[in-house]
Amino acid sequence: MYRYDEFDSDFVQQRVEQFRDQVERRIAGDLTEDEFKPLRLMNGLYLQLHAYMLRVAIPYGTFNAAQMRKMAHIARKYDKGYAHFTTRQNVQYNWPVLKDIPTILEELAAVEMHAIQTSGNCIRNTTSDQYAGAAADEIEDPRVYCEIIRQWSSLHPEFTFLPRKFKVAVTGATTDRAAIRVHDIGLAIKKNAEGEVGFEVHVGGGQGRTPMIAKAVRDFLPKEHLLSYLEAILRVYNQLGRRDNKYKARIKILVHETGIEELRGLIEAEWERIKDSALKLPLDEVDRINDYFAAPAWEKLDATSRLFEVKRFEDRGFANWVKANVVAHRQAGYAIANISLKPEGEAPGDITDSQMEVVADLAEKYSFDEIRATHEQNLVLPHVKLDDLFEVYSILNTAGLATANLGLISDMIACPGLDYCALANARSIPVAQAISKRFSDIERQFDIGELKLKISGCINACGHHHVGHIGILGVDRKGEEYYQITLGGNANENAAIGKIVGPSFSYDSIVDAVETVVNTYLEIRNGKEESFLEAYNRVGLAPFKERLYA
Amino acid sequence: MALQIITANRLLDGEVVYLGENAEWIENLSGAKTVDDADGEANLLAAAKEAEATQKIVGAYLMKVARDAAGIQTLSVKEEIRAKGPTVRYDLGKQAR
Repeated sequence: MYRYDEFDSDFVQQRVEQFRDQVERRIAGDLTEDEFKPLRLMNGLYLQLHAYMLRVAIPYGTFNAAQMRKMAHIARKYDKGYAHFTTRQNVQYNWPVLKDIPTILEELAAVEMHAIQTSGNCIRNTTSDQYAGAAADEIEDPRVYCEIIRQWSSLHPEFTFLPRKFKVAVTGATTDRAAIRVHDIGLAIKKNAEGEVGFEVHVGGGQGRTPMIAKAVRDFLPKEHLLSYLEAILRVYNQLGRRDNKYKARIKILVHETGIEELRGLIEAEWERIKDSALKLPLDEVDRINDYFAAPAWEKLDATSRLFEVKRFEDRGFANWVKANVVAHRQAGYAIANISLKPEGEAPGDITDSQMEVVADLAEKYSFDEIRATHEQNLVLPHVKLDDLFEVYSILNTAGLATANLGLISDMIACPGLDYCALANARSIPVAQAISKRFSDIERQFDIGELKLKISGCINACGHHHVGHIGILGVDRKGEEYYQITLGGNANENAAIGKIVGPSFSYDSIVDAVETVVNTYLEIRNGKEESFLEAYNRVGLAPFKERLYA
Repeated sequence: MALQIITANRLLDGEVVYLGENAEWIENLSGAKTVDDADGEANLLAAAKEAEATQKIVGAYLMKVARDAAGIQTLSVKEEIRAKGPTVRYDLGKQAR
């Protein structure tokens, strides 16, 4: 994994000292709130309903045991003993006090972490495939390019005050696990007809109040031109993106209003001008960054493990966990182990300080010191030997971290919602908890099969409801919470925005409504092989609507 | 005019506070100063402006409430959550004290 060089260390440390001074001046009254707010946001510090909230970046979701232990320490010493993993592979603390923030940032800097690019109208923390470097279907490791983008975008003087925030996601696999088509720029690593590796570039995706699927702006971009092409896109957006209305300021609106053909012409013209400038990536520099992400020293193992098979036969809980949470690894004898942060009836994405330390220990001992955070609010141990899986499962189980539900209905994305967020209109977490309890039977979940349910507490859509197979959006009606259901959304390579099924449901009836949707699917599907999404795509909204509003 | 109080977050820790009967910024809704006329509203806003200028609070705003036999009542889920804490963690926020 990437390690800070001298430049990184210096600039992160400088930022800590700058922010310490800014906090002191705010408390002393030398800065007003209007002056301080943009400064705190540049350092990931929000003011929420009950307290400040600090959002810490986990670049492209990759981190190690020392970083996890530091995050646990911060949760214990400066917060309330837990942290929350977000839908952007970041982590949030919900209760820090203002005067402690510079010290927290200093502690984070000691393990090469920070809170930069987690807020404000800048290029945000680049996100990626949580299975990068381990996935069997990977063309190249996307983290190499995420890190290059990080180095280019951090403190980029031209793009620090964009019309609006700007999010980039990169996938290196044929299956899109990074939801790249709902990002401002989505990059898919691909091979062209000549076998060369480059990028398919998508632009103008996003969720929020105007959800849009990104459009392909370039079918194949040679990798040495990555930064010049991104710079060309950002430059066109920075010049033409609207600044008069924040709801129309994202690049998706520019793409929609200008049209992809015209915009492509502007981007390509700018790119022609700068593509052979200093932005052209030296391939030896790509190789240098690539070395940071070299595959761990995997052992040569058999593709199967007798111990693994015996334990799977003997222990039903382990068998269920393997069935739901364990994914094929590119290296024989290894597996990718997902740690669900969606135990029955708990807040999606939350983890206690002690649990964080358990995961850190496991990563160190069993996964080459690597941990991943996923945009679906789970964690991953990316390189676990099949021989070690039962031991890993047993330790996770003791720590309350062995819930078997990945990709099933109880593995929901849910934003913090009105329980914490100042922007929210309705609660998300208790709805998720109630659904989790209603569908707690694992056999029932396996029978339902893959079903991505996503909940947002407001139209900003941090809970990705637009791309949920079942999406739930919380709305406010005269101070009361109501919930709108969308169906048919999808975040992968066949991305789609869900359609609103009809009038919204009250807080007390939303879980029943979800169950009605699920039962309708079970009745209409063409056998277990037809997933919820496939069935929906075959029949559309009508049968669901009929049952929901009968 | 509807019954109103004024609320904000405390600068140092973000705690939800209300302007109390004794012109202090207090943590409990029950002790908030209520007003029901234009003069009262102006007084609340003036007090908040001063508190913001002296680094006590941020983000002050007027908030409609009701009063019954049990005392001051919030009129929205959001203000109820601000007044008590997260509905999903009774061990956190004001409700835990």
